[in-house]
Amino acid sequence: MIEFAFYAAVGIAVLSTLLTVTSAHPVHALLYLIVSLLAAAVLFFLLGAPFAAMLEVIVYAGAIMVLFVFVVMMLNLGSTVVEHERQLIAPRAWAGPGVLSLLLFLEVALLITKGTPHPLADAEIGAKQTALALYGPYLLAVELASMLLLGGLVAAYHLGRRE
Amino acid sequence: MGAISMEQGLFAAGVLFTLGLAGLLARRNVLFVLMSLEIMLNAAGLAFIAAGSRWMQPDSQIMFILILTLAAAEVAVGLALVLQLYHRYQSLDTDMLDSMKG
Repeated sequence: MIEFAFYAAVGIAVLSTLLTVTSAHPVHALLYLIVSLLAAAVLFFLLGAPFAAMLEVIVYAGAIMVLFVFVVMMLNLGSTVVEHERQLIAPRAWAGPGVLSLLLFLEVALLITKGTPHPLADAEIGAKQTALALYGPYLLAVELASMLLLGGLVAAYHLGRRE
Repeated sequence: MGAISMEQGLFAAGVLFTLGLAGLLARRNVLFVLMSLEIMLNAAGLAFIAAGSRWMQPDSQIMFILILTLAAAEVAVGLALVLQLYHRYQSLDTDMLDSMKG
């Protein structure tokens, strides 16, 4: 019966991803994409990877998607902004993300009340085990990742300037 | 063996990756291209997590952290390029970039 949680989360992720790539309005697509990332976080938790689920919510949906939303707002896409504002306030635009988010929330509430730590996996691989591996055998990867971030920072600063 | 086999997790990752790929190929707006790339990276991360659940090792979450880092750096640089594109052409259509100087 608990496998239904997996199928529900996969269904929500697939449906919201489909609505992301077929949407006409960038902000609608971003909202659907955030729902898809949250559904993926639920999948990670079900598969016994709570650390990855936490990182997905905080970093992916919470930082990268917010960066997207900020840039879309900054672009200020011309005279169509007013009509888009009206569409954003109209309840029709909220129906899709609202229904999907409600289904996801019901599933998360069910999982919380059940209280099982890793319902669909053999073992939970928690933060401590991941951190021990990260700062043990994979230390070089951490250093390379920080160099990659430094390169991205310099490139974004340089490319974002107006001459 | 967990209740969900690795094949089901990989199948879900494959479906998401295919949807992202279709969006990447079909859309012309550069913002949607970047969003499709994020969908594909997330699907790859889901594949890693599904495999790590089967082998019960933390290596999958470490790979997911690295994928996350890569996505963050790529989004930062990509959005800076989007701003430059909009600044020069006042449009987000990738078909505007059809010639090179020099």
